[in-house]
Amino acid sequence: MAISGHLKRAKEKNRRNAYVLACHLGLFFNILRPELIRFLLYVGETSVSLSLEKSLELYEQMYLMRRFEESAAQSYTERKIGGFLHLYIGQEAVATGVIAATEEKDYVVTSYRDHAHYLAKGGTAREGMAELFGKEGGCSGGRGGSMHFFDAEKRFMGGWGIVGAHVPLAAGIGFAAKYKNDGTVAVCFLGEGAVSIGPFHEGMCLAALWKLPVVFVVENNRYAMGTPIHRTMSTEDVSTRALAYPMARATVDGCDLDESYEQARIAVKRAREQSLPTLLEYKTYRYRGHSMADPAKYRTKDELEEWKRRDPLNLLKTKLTAKGVEESVFKQIEDKVEAEVVDCKEFAEQSPEPAAETLADFVYI
Amino acid sequence: MSMRQLSIREALNEALAEEMERDENVFLMGEEVGHYDGAYKVSRGLLDKFGEQRVVDTPIAENGFAGVGIGAAMVGLRPVIEFMTFNFSLIGIDQVINTAAKLRYMSAGQFKLPMVFRGPGGSVMQLGAQHSQCFESFYAHCPGLLVVLPSNSYDAKGLLKSAIRDNNPVVFIESEAMYGVRGDVPEETYTLELGKADIKREGADITIACWSKAVPWCLEAAEGLSELGVNAEVVDLMTIRPLDEETLHQSVKKTNRLLVVQESWPLASVGHWLAATVSESLFDFLDAPVKVISGQDYPYPYAKNLEALMRPDARKIVEVARSML
Repeated sequence: MAISGHLKRAKEKNRRNAYVLACHLGLFFNILRPELIRFLLYVGETSVSLSLEKSLELYEQMYLMRRFEESAAQSYTERKIGGFLHLYIGQEAVATGVIAATEEKDYVVTSYRDHAHYLAKGGTAREGMAELFGKEGGCSGGRGGSMHFFDAEKRFMGGWGIVGAHVPLAAGIGFAAKYKNDGTVAVCFLGEGAVSIGPFHEGMCLAALWKLPVVFVVENNRYAMGTPIHRTMSTEDVSTRALAYPMARATVDGCDLDESYEQARIAVKRAREQSLPTLLEYKTYRYRGHSMADPAKYRTKDELEEWKRRDPLNLLKTKLTAKGVEESVFKQIEDKVEAEVVDCKEFAEQSPEPAAETLADFVYI
Repeated sequence: MSMRQLSIREALNEALAEEMERDENVFLMGEEVGHYDGAYKVSRGLLDKFGEQRVVDTPIAENGFAGVGIGAAMVGLRPVIEFMTFNFSLIGIDQVINTAAKLRYMSAGQFKLPMVFRGPGGSVMQLGAQHSQCFESFYAHCPGLLVVLPSNSYDAKGLLKSAIRDNNPVVFIESEAMYGVRGDVPEETYTLELGKADIKREGADITIACWSKAVPWCLEAAEGLSELGVNAEVVDLMTIRPLDEETLHQSVKKTNRLLVVQESWPLASVGHWLAATVSESLFDFLDAPVKVISGQDYPYPYAKNLEALMRPDARKIVEVARSML
């Protein structure tokens, strides 16, 4: 009796061990499989670099983003802009490179730090600035403000203010693309502060489950408002979030326009041709505080200076100079942008306020 | 019109099937809507008819699939998002309030959002506190949404069809306890206009306003009152945002008395909002203070005897109505 009991227990233990081993193997292969796919896909890709002409066009775009926001910051201190104003300065190569890798018919949805994405998607500086000024001529008719830029025609799908909640929206846009089989791709920008909230995981889970043509771009600027990443995540490798669903992933130097473009190009291609989502983590940095109200005392000057040494605009300029672009060419671009920024502010100032009798418009159709 | 008897469940199923047949952009998404035929069998047979692309089973992720619906609606589809019950809609309520209800306004009308969030709500026999509650006041609070609650098969079908065709986000709350209740539904197809109340019983002495599960209670009470010589008018609001103030006000001007009956908790509720607004605008017409009967102001208990004390019933309605005459 004692012996048979012992044997029974031993058998039971063996079964348990086999089960544990199977679990570990399953886990191992689950993690390994997407990594293997990722490796093969990457190896299979031939890199496509930006032409000189395109690079200069994108330099202009980045320079516009920077000067547009510096002008907005100035107008904010003049109290011409109210509410929250979250600046993107320092991160320009991310939105620029990623959106350059998409087509006009593709969709972009982003969080509240949205000015640059809007400009990259074809929004005008005039309508953007007028929106910040709360004017009728703004891209959201003055009803949205800094956090809620929209341009339906340009397929810029907002400007959303609840952290992570727009991630399922992007999945939904991808769902519709697949439903209609129209060959469009949805690109979703979010901060690294958004990767711990439920809707992020739900959106990722559904995009992977249904194989949706979506590219998730996490702009890891290292601070969720004032909280550094090591205090919000157990790893600094944000792209590992992709392992659980699983979906392809990559970590990208967010200061380098060429790399930004290249990695996005691969992901967009994967979305369009294979209807598969990707999670891209862009390492980047914002020079300003979380918003204009934030003096950013939670980080050191040295840290900021170190990142500024890899300023995305300077980096690109240096690269292009090495390729033979002369200073006069940059000067021409910069002068053009300066004039555009002056012009957009004038437009914003002159644009009328929304009429009082329109308060109730746009609640219902 | 030739009629047949359908349960509310069957009427809703017909509405879904007809609208999906009519417009290929309409799809149904939610937990268990496909292979399981719906947790409450509202979507029975739809998967077979329309396939997996249009009857989409989801994981348990209310925020996620509510958001997916919104994203899809932004680019031209017409999603019907099923919450297995509205208790679980609270996981996705951020998407309904902060995204769906705001999109059109924040974009100055650049987008429309033709979608429906639907599912059962209200108290049910002994399901306990987390599965027995009314959420219409939560959603009715928010501009940008339509909030619809049918009380019989005919209304359920006609209203759901209109909700699916509407270009605004509609919150459509079905009564979980009433899915099996049968009623006349015409063979011919029809729709019912959203934002319109329906006078379920005409009367001259007192107006009783109600919606959803409270409607049968009020109709029963009206029968009881008629035996006492009181002729009550029962107004089923059907849509509580936007409210059909005209129909309600006309009725109150005729009867000079208003009693509102709701299953929900009293504080910050639709019932008390009606009482306040009618008192303000029709003060001169009123022969008695407006009264509201609500569900009791506690979480729902499990125990059968305690649960029975929670809801208003016909006896209570008769008693309060009589006190107002």
